[in-house]
Amino acid sequence: MNVKEIIARRVAKELKDGDVVNLGIGLPTMVANFIPKDMDVMFQSENGFIGLGAAPEEGKEDLDLVNAGGQPVTIVPGGAFFDSATSFSIIRGGHVDATVLGALQVDEKGNLANWMVPGKMVPGMGGAMDLVVGAKKVIISMTHTAKGKPKILKECNLPLTAAGQVDMIVTEMGVMQVTKEGLVLTEINPQYSVEQVQEATEAKLIIADDLKNMEI
Amino acid sequence: MNKIVTLEEAMCHIKDGMTIMIGGFMAAGTPEKFMDALVEKGVKDLTIIGNDAGWPDRGIGKLLINKQAKKMIASHIGLNPEAGNQMNAGALEMELVPQGTLAERIRAGGNGLGGVLTPTGVGTIVEEGKQKIEVDGVEYLLEKPLKADIALISASIADKKGNLYFNKATKNFNPLMATAAEVVIVGVEKIVEVGEIDPNDVMTPGLFVDYMVEV
Repeated sequence: MNVKEIIARRVAKELKDGDVVNLGIGLPTMVANFIPKDMDVMFQSENGFIGLGAAPEEGKEDLDLVNAGGQPVTIVPGGAFFDSATSFSIIRGGHVDATVLGALQVDEKGNLANWMVPGKMVPGMGGAMDLVVGAKKVIISMTHTAKGKPKILKECNLPLTAAGQVDMIVTEMGVMQVTKEGLVLTEINPQYSVEQVQEATEAKLIIADDLKNMEI
Repeated sequence: MNKIVTLEEAMCHIKDGMTIMIGGFMAAGTPEKFMDALVEKGVKDLTIIGNDAGWPDRGIGKLLINKQAKKMIASHIGLNPEAGNQMNAGALEMELVPQGTLAERIRAGGNGLGGVLTPTGVGTIVEEGKQKIEVDGVEYLLEKPLKADIALISASIADKKGNLYFNKATKNFNPLMATAAEVVIVGVEKIVEVGEIDPNDVMTPGLFVDYMVEV
């Protein structure tokens, strides 16, 4: 199983029947592939609908139905379209149960940086700032390091997307919960030792008394 | 009052230096024919308010490639590299706004409100230069309304009164922008007789619409 699939499978286990969920672009999108068929999870697409479905068959693309990345998608039965103000009423107003986003950096206080690298990459925040402030649960799904460098830091040094909003971090190495005391490693991928996870993490990890193997 | 005009007549309203709202989200729901007409007309120094910078060959992107904007207010510009290049070169002033805040600022502009209070952006560079207001112990940013000289929006169906219906995900910023500009011009896929759209199905009432072009 590749690294991204490990992460996506574990994040999928966080979602519950009846949840409204917004998935970020990239790795987070893969989470939808691992939701059990009998579970009713509705995906919200911030460009204006709920009930985001799979990509259409080739030749059945509809220019009026795209996701927030502008890619053709479908809508599932029971879905609904709305304008951008309503879309962000849902997001900012606390009606999204969970959002899954990638990160450039995340730190032990739950700060998140994922929208710009000054002087290099300034794509804009899109809906990310509203999502992390408004969603009931903010799950960061990402590879543990970037080119061998830690992304889980004592303190983010890139411009923040939001301060203190992250609830949990899922990487290929394990699962961390953001608490007042700091980052608690609650699950570990048995392919790694606790020492290896700590070595790949700049923030000091608190190891849970009941540390479990990562469920995937 | 006849609201149906030709593309040329509609574009006459757009002049150099104007502030223009353009509907759509990554070109879905953007009045594409208006983009082409503006490129041809060559109006310049525009301030463009829109969700994103579109694609290099679709949506708002066409205007940026043709260097017709001096400023852009948007939430995301990452899928049109030209926007970032012009911004980095200092040729395009860029105001990046969280998407929900952009929607609310436009809504405020069209709704006669003095602004909105949002928790989005607190503790980030978005709060720079903005008034912070505490309400019941929670900090919010005061985000001011946005208005425009012109809104260029798109609709799937309109009747001759200008009542609009938007198909699927093309709604996005279009109904909001219809409320927030001096002159609202709609690119409509299909114009029908009054009465053919059930009042229950009207998504933007015709009173907000000044001109329509069947595209």
